[in-house]
Amino acid sequence: MSINHSNTVSRINSPKTTYQYDEFDKDFIRERVAEFREQVRRRLEGSLTEEEFRPFRLMNGLYLQLHAYMLRVAIPYGTLTSQQMRRLAEIADRWDKGYGHFTTRQNLQYNWPKLIDTPDILEALAEVDMHAIQTSGNCIRNVTADHFAGVAADEIEDPRPTAEFLRQWASAHPEFSFLPRKFKIAITGATHDRAATLAHDIGLRLVKNTSGDVGYCVIIGGGLGRSPFIGKIIREYVPRTELLAYLEAIMRVYNRYGRRDNKYKARIKILVHEKGIETIRAAVEKEFATMDHTAFQQDPQEFERVAASFVSPPYEALPSESSKLTKARLETPAFDHFVSVNVSEHKIAGYAIVTVSLKPINGIPGDATSHQMRILADACDRFGFGELRVSHEQNIILPHVKKDDLFALWQTLTAADLATANAGLVSDIISCPGLDYCSLATARSIPIAQAISQRFSDMARQRRIGKLGIKISGCINACGHHHIGAIGVLGLEKKGQESYQITLGGDPGFSASIGEILGPGVSADQVPEVIEHLVDFYLAERHETEAFIDTWRRLGHARFKDVLRREGEDGADI
Amino acid sequence: MALISKGDFVRDPWRRLADEEAFPENGKLIVSYERLDNALKARGANGDIGVFIDNTLEIDKLTPALPKLGLIAIAFPSFADGRGFSLARLVRREGYRGELRASGRLLADQYAHALGCGFDTIEIPDDLAQRQDETQWRAAIRVHQRTYQRGYISSGSILDARRKATQ
Repeated sequence: MSINHSNTVSRINSPKTTYQYDEFDKDFIRERVAEFREQVRRRLEGSLTEEEFRPFRLMNGLYLQLHAYMLRVAIPYGTLTSQQMRRLAEIADRWDKGYGHFTTRQNLQYNWPKLIDTPDILEALAEVDMHAIQTSGNCIRNVTADHFAGVAADEIEDPRPTAEFLRQWASAHPEFSFLPRKFKIAITGATHDRAATLAHDIGLRLVKNTSGDVGYCVIIGGGLGRSPFIGKIIREYVPRTELLAYLEAIMRVYNRYGRRDNKYKARIKILVHEKGIETIRAAVEKEFATMDHTAFQQDPQEFERVAASFVSPPYEALPSESSKLTKARLETPAFDHFVSVNVSEHKIAGYAIVTVSLKPINGIPGDATSHQMRILADACDRFGFGELRVSHEQNIILPHVKKDDLFALWQTLTAADLATANAGLVSDIISCPGLDYCSLATARSIPIAQAISQRFSDMARQRRIGKLGIKISGCINACGHHHIGAIGVLGLEKKGQESYQITLGGDPGFSASIGEILGPGVSADQVPEVIEHLVDFYLAERHETEAFIDTWRRLGHARFKDVLRREGEDGADI
Repeated sequence: MALISKGDFVRDPWRRLADEEAFPENGKLIVSYERLDNALKARGANGDIGVFIDNTLEIDKLTPALPKLGLIAIAFPSFADGRGFSLARLVRREGYRGELRASGRLLADQYAHALGCGFDTIEIPDDLAQRQDETQWRAAIRVHQRTYQRGYISSGSILDARRKATQ
C-alpha cells in the first residue's frame, strides 16, 4: 500500500548531497519489509510466539510501549532529504496522530502505530529509501554522527561516508544479530565531539596519522544507562582499509564473551570494565591477527563508491559577510538573538548552519507536528539544497543556508513556531519520553522539561546564562543522557512517589565526564527551583564567559552542594 | 527432535549418545565433548563420531580433533543466544569441512544467519517443528537473497554483485 502524493516528489533541482540508494540497497530494504510482513502474519497465526516474535519486531524498530506500539524509524547519521521529511509527515498523518518525536539517537519515533499497519508504514518508508532496520534489538544499531558533518569548520573529514559504509556492513549481519545486548556506534570527524563518541559501545574519531593518512581512533566500552562509563581507546589508529576487519574482531570478542546472564551487565562496557581494557585489547588484537582478511580486500573501492555520493552542494562564491544579514539583525532584535544563538559557522564563506529548535518554551522536547515537518522540508528546498539533519540534541539542522537568506528563513520558521532562539541554552533540554509513553520509565520526564523551560522562559535571562545542557531521563536506563548533562536530572520512584536525582558536571565531549550526584532526590515540583538556585550560584561565581561545567570544575562539587544545603536551611526542603 | 537440511525435514542418520549410555559398536554417534577422546580411540577416524559442544567452548580445545570428526553440533540454549554463530565461524576457519549442526530452539527466521555462518543442518525440538513447519523453513532460505557482508555464505553478496554490475 503506497502513498502517492505529489508532494513527495523531490524538487528536480535539489542536488544529491547524501548517499543515494542503488537497486541493491532498494532491493535489500524491500526484502526486509516483505520478511517483516510475513513475520507479522506468522505471529498473528501463531507460528511465532510473542517471545519469539519480539527480537524480529525490535529489529524492525517496533516496540511495545505503555499504551501502544512505538515505531522507531532510522535516520542514519541524522541526514534526511526534504522528500524523506515529507514522507515522515505523511506517515504521521496517515498512521499516527499527526506528529513524531525526534530522539537522541537521531531517529524518529511514532508513538501510536498499529501492529497490523507497520508493514505498510515500512513499505511507505522504503519508497523513499528509508527503513526502521536495527533501530532496536540486541544488534548493531543505527550509526550516529556529528550533525554538522560535512559543513563544520573544524572537520578533518566528513564522517558520514564511514557511517553509511558501517550501516551497510551492520545490516542483517549473519553473525552479529543476536548479541548479548544492543550495540551503538557513533562517529565524528571534527575536533569538537558533537557525537558523544566516549558514551557509545564503539566511538570512532577520524584522525590523521603521522604520514597524513586518514584513519580511525577506536574507542570502546562507553555508555550511559544504569552503569555509566566513559569509553577507553582500544587503538589509537586503525587504517581505513582495516576498519571493518577491526570492528569485526571487536564484535566477535563481544559476541563470544559479553555477559548473557544479566541484561544489565551485558553491554560491552561491563565486559571492558570487568576484564580490563588491556585484556580486551589483547583478545581483539589476537582475533584481528588470526582472522582472514581477504574478505575485506575490496573495502577501499566500496568505501570510495559510498563516499562519492556525499557531494557538496553547488555553493555560490559569496563574500563571508552579508550586508543583508547585518541590516536585518540591526532592525529586528528577535532575529538578532536567533542568529547569535541558533546559527553556527559554516566552512564555506557566505553560508551558515541553522539549528531549528524543537524545544519551544513549555513544549515537548523533540516533538514535531506533520505541519512543522512539511515547513522544514519546504524551507530546506528553498534555502538549504533540500537537506536536513537531526541532532542528538533532538533538534533539526539546515546545514547549508546562505547568510543572505537567513532572515527570510527565520520569518518562515517563526510562522510555524519553529524559531525558538534557544539552541544550546538552558531550555534546549534533552529529555526521554518518560512515564508518559515508556514502559520502562519510573518517573515523568516531559513535564519536568516543560516546568524547567517555563521557569526560564525569559529569553534574555537564558542568553545571559549562556550555553548550559540540561538532560533528563525518566529511569536509570538514561535515554535522556542525564549522566552527560552539565545538569542531569534522573527520575526515580521512591515509595510510590516520583523522586528526582540531580547530577552536576556531566560532559558529552572529548573531555567527557559522568555527572556527580548532588544529594538526596527532590520532588517533581522542586526540580525547577533547585536548578534555578544552581544557575544563580553559577552566575554569581563565574568568570566572564566561563561555561557552567568549567565553573563547576574550578569550584568543585562541594561548593555547589553547599549552596543547596544553605537553601535547605531556609526551608527549601532539599 | 526434527532435523532440517536444505529447507527439508530429513531423517537423522546420527544418534545422540547420552553420557550414561554404554558405547555401542556401530552407527553414527554424537557424543559429549567429555566423551570425545574415548569415542575417537574406540572408533578411530572413520567419520562416524560427532561431538556435541556448548557454545562457550574455546576453539583450540577442539582443533586437534577436527579432521577426525564427522559432525559438530553446537548448542543454542536459546534462540536469542548468538554465541553459536561466532563459534561456527571459528570452526569453519579452522578448516573443518564436515557437517556443522545448530542444535536448539532456533527459529526459521534465523535460518539465513545459521547458513551464513557455516551451519549445514538445524536440529529443533518437536514442539517448535510443529509450529514452524517445513514450508516455513523452505521459505526462510529465500528470505535473505543478498547480504552486505563478505566472507559469509549467502546466495549473493551485494558488494560482489555491485562490482560486477559496474565493471
